[in-house]
Amino acid sequence: MTNRRNFIKAATSGLIAGVLPVSVVKLAFGSSDQDVTFAYISDSHIQQIKGNKFVRNWDQGLKKAVAEANLLDPKPDFVIFGGDLAQLGSKPELDHGAELLSALNSKPYMVMGEHDYYLDLGDYWSDLFGDKYYSFDVKGVHFVVLNSILTYDEWTYDRWESGERRMNEMAGLDNPNGSPFMVGERQRKWLAKDLANVSHDTPVVVFSHSPIQKIYKGWNFWTEDAEEVQAILAPFNKVNVMYGHVHQIQYNQIGNIAFNSVMATAWPWPYPSSYAQAESHMPVMTVEMNRADPFNERDATGWQLVDVHSGRVDVNFNLYGNSNRRVKFNEKKGHPEDVQHSPHARTEAQKHY
Amino acid sequence: MKLIKSLTVSLTLILAGFVHADEFDKDDLDRWTQQFNDVAAEGRRLWTSPELGSNGVTCAQCHPNSANTHMETYPKFQKQIGRVSMMWEMINWCIRNPLEGMPLDADDPEMIAIHAYLAKERSGVAIAPGKH
Ligand code: HEC
Repeated sequence: MTNRRNFIKAATSGLIAGVLPVSVVKLAFGSSDQDVTFAYISDSHIQQIKGNKFVRNWDQGLKKAVAEANLLDPKPDFVIFGGDLAQLGSKPELDHGAELLSALNSKPYMVMGEHDYYLDLGDYWSDLFGDKYYSFDVKGVHFVVLNSILTYDEWTYDRWESGERRMNEMAGLDNPNGSPFMVGERQRKWLAKDLANVSHDTPVVVFSHSPIQKIYKGWNFWTEDAEEVQAILAPFNKVNVMYGHVHQIQYNQIGNIAFNSVMATAWPWPYPSSYAQAESHMPVMTVEMNRADPFNERDATGWQLVDVHSGRVDVNFNLYGNSNRRVKFNEKKGHPEDVQHSPHARTEAQKHY
Repeated sequence: MKLIKSLTVSLTLILAGFVHADEFDKDDLDRWTQQFNDVAAEGRRLWTSPELGSNGVTCAQCHPNSANTHMETYPKFQKQIGRVSMMWEMINWCIRNPLEGMPLDADDPEMIAIHAYLAKERSGVAIAPGKH
């Protein structure tokens, strides 16, 4: 059986006092030798003001997540960064983001976000971090990283007079000049080939920046070729997709595939249902987060610790001004669920604000 | 006699003026709608522009389509301000903090433009003053 203990040691180091709250977050966690655990940090949106000045608020979010992830005990198998390291994909932003990430105890795996990509189509990002899509194995779990923020060729190559313009058009979440995300045919072929040698019993975890499902097109909570990618994943018995981009908690189940979003370290986003002029297709099982407190700049931001020892994803959300949440795959029901809050009872997920 | 005459004159004037003021035609309506839409469009421009602040951050970064601004709930008690507040006070709060900018006067044309845009995105939502 699991023995519960504090996943993060009480921090006494003065070094991090400027970043961490007085009481360091405690994540109680079941442990066994079979654990496959990782810290998942995402969407830091490092934004340059001028020269070496960057938006303090977003810097603080990433620094805090990095400092806290370093306190995990026992150490996770790896750290992954889920994309949108930068706000406008520039060298100064990516360099500064890379510098903040270099404080991590281990080199993180990296996922491409649209804010990292559309200035120079990911060239500088690749210089810093390597391949835009790849796979790796840890203790019998097969992990795949996709670059899911591509879009139509015409939009990418022909429509805009400069990379700056293209980046600015894609950076506005609600910008009608934007374009829907997609994985694209070339990568889908690569994915099929990559998975061809993986047995259907092997747990598979796919990391993408955009949801590989269709939730709300207006804000690109969306992947245009989601169904085609899902079809490639469908034969696997234990397959999970984890994505950033949405800056809020979402989870869903489509056939065999369990979906989990992760939080941003930069700022929270409202749920699409809060936009009066549009229909929302939020998965019904998702218990939404409560509204954020605008007077607490870290409220409704955070990072997460994930365990896949059962082959299914168990996400521990480390939420600052709020009580933490845990979304775990329920084997009996066959889908992820919040261990505390039921979508049927519509329990308030958070009391705060 | 003189008094009655002048009374009649002024009454006629008032009535004539009243009748006249009450009449507006399609051109007027179009113009007023146009005026509103222009100001709301300016509000949307400001919403997606860094010019309200000093650090390059825009309102739209956190409030896509102005979501979560709840125009229909004002005036309402804001716990953090400690009294019933107007929407422009919360707009200024967000200008000062996430945007690190200078607050606007309540009747500043930019403030009015922001209100027009926020109201437009909330069209059709029932007013709910005081609701949290
Ligand atoms: C860093 C993210 C962020 C930015 C940037 C931001 N806001 Fe906010 N704002 C919030 C959050 C979070 C709330 C609380 C949302 C809620 O009440 O559901 C909020 C609340 C508000 C509210 C009050 C909503 C209510 O129902 O009480 C108004 C009005 C508002 N913002 C206007 C603005 C304006 C105008 C700008 C640009 C000058 C702006 N915000 C920029 C995060 C932000």
